[in-house]
Amino acid sequence: MNHATAKSKKYLSLGLPLLFLLLLAVAPLWIPPYWVVSFNTIFMYIILTLSWAIFSGPTRYISLATAAFFGVGVYAMAMMGQELPFPIVIALSGGLSFILALFIGFLTLRLKGVYFIIFTFGISELIRHLVLWWETKFTGTVGRWVLMMDYTTAYYFLLAIFVITVLSAHIIRSSKFGLALKGIGEYEEAALHIGIDVTTLKTITFAVSAFFMGATGAIMATRWTYIDPTIAFNPLFSFMPVLMAIFGGIGPFYGPLLGAAIFAILEEVLITKFPYYYMLLFGIILIAVILFLPNGLVGLLKKGEKRV
Amino acid sequence: MLVTFLDIAIGGLITGGIYALIAVGLSLQYGVGRVLNVSHGEFIMVGAFAGWSLYTIWGISPLVSLVICSPIFFLIGFFVHITLFRYLRSRSKSVEAFIDSSLLVSFGLLFIVQNIALITWKADIRGYSYWDTSVTILEAVFSLNRLVALFFAVAMSGAFYLFLTHSRVGKAIRASAEDPVTAQVMGVNINRVLGICFGLGALMAGFSGILISMIYEIQPNMGLEYTLIAIIVVALGGLGSITGSLIGGFILGLIGNIVTYVDPGLSLVAYYMIFILVLLVRPKGIFGK
Repeated sequence: MNHATAKSKKYLSLGLPLLFLLLLAVAPLWIPPYWVVSFNTIFMYIILTLSWAIFSGPTRYISLATAAFFGVGVYAMAMMGQELPFPIVIALSGGLSFILALFIGFLTLRLKGVYFIIFTFGISELIRHLVLWWETKFTGTVGRWVLMMDYTTAYYFLLAIFVITVLSAHIIRSSKFGLALKGIGEYEEAALHIGIDVTTLKTITFAVSAFFMGATGAIMATRWTYIDPTIAFNPLFSFMPVLMAIFGGIGPFYGPLLGAAIFAILEEVLITKFPYYYMLLFGIILIAVILFLPNGLVGLLKKGEKRV
Repeated sequence: MLVTFLDIAIGGLITGGIYALIAVGLSLQYGVGRVLNVSHGEFIMVGAFAGWSLYTIWGISPLVSLVICSPIFFLIGFFVHITLFRYLRSRSKSVEAFIDSSLLVSFGLLFIVQNIALITWKADIRGYSYWDTSVTILEAVFSLNRLVALFFAVAMSGAFYLFLTHSRVGKAIRASAEDPVTAQVMGVNINRVLGICFGLGALMAGFSGILISMIYEIQPNMGLEYTLIAIIVVALGGLGSITGSLIGGFILGLIGNIVTYVDPGLSLVAYYMIFILVLLVRPKGIFGK
């Protein structure tokens, strides 16, 4: 490769995302309102998947606690949305999820592999049932009303969080920090022996990814206006990011982004008319991808590139 | 006092018996086959709907359905293993990689089975009454079908335990659970054993599903809750310990009934508390080595 193409490639890799971002920023001005609403859901899935991949991608610890962090954000907004301005509540929601993730991280230090997977799932279900029990017993009603935010404002909040998530994912990946995380994923004992503080590193990354999930939950709550524990802590919020990320391919960060975008759009098109067929299709694609495309869509694209 | 005690104890045994069966099924699939089958509950749901359909459409007694459907469930499980999981296993680089990818495949199965059921039967709650005359044991009142379900759950667990300890295939299963590589060296056809284990797991699920349809209301979304209970019991008894799952099932059933007596809203909370405590304090389970 000569110098000129290398340089143009560098501009392209910087220019394309910027152009894309600009398009997204002006989109609500000219696309129909219905699409803006759809974009909110699509952004939600993309952020959840990307932030899931920040921790689980390099470390290969499959977390099923996304619903817990998301739900905490939803409830934080439901409880504080009336009293405080939205941006502060969104930041606080992220902060609460961050603290919860630190706590879970410290608890799960000893668990590996399948134990970690089922533990994270167990803790989200525990929180869901605790909230459900608390609400029926002490609050008297199961659900809560949330102060509404209009869809365009929600769009820009989500876009902002999306950009921050992508930037953090990028910064973490290209830093020493990210390299150390990758080391944990490849051989945790070796990482420990060369002096990486494995537990602190894992816990902090876990908490950072939880921050974005909580913030997203807070924004989505204002769009739903009515929430209850089953909506806020729906286990699908834990499964979807994993499946979307694996469908896209966990390696480079645009893999999860691609997977989430495709599935979120598919869901927007299919779910209102054929919800069961959508989930059925989802299951079939998932199995097909695991069996025949172990590296996801990204793996397929790379294979194609090599052949060319 | 005695009545309350009997209520809780026998109620606990009934729930526990079903939990034990379900957990043994999952334990076979995970402990031996390394497939943490989250679609386990969907097989239970299909079993429940099979029992319900056969009874309401053709008037076939669920007890007859147990005999007719069990072999079919075994074959379905066996077929799923030799098509999906055998291929996946042959292609996985390590055991850990297989555990992760087979977990995801079973999520796919969950979505497929559950949504076919939702398309076929809609999301309605269904049920039928069968042998629901009440029986009085020392002043505590139970409906007959619950006692029959308890009997069959215990009989099935007992029969399976004997099969595991006394038959040739049972020994091959235990050997493969302990050390698949050595078992293979000693002449165990590992692929066949893994297929049989998965088939037996599906059989247990279908069998308990039919029992569940006799005593509870059923709906296509019911599966996941049973899967979670099975995972909790298996963790409690120790991943891979089949006896542990049997005993763990009864323990969890009893605890569930005690907690329900205190506050019905807390029973699932209690299950997850136990689950998390076990994982934190003793990840290998009470009976794990």
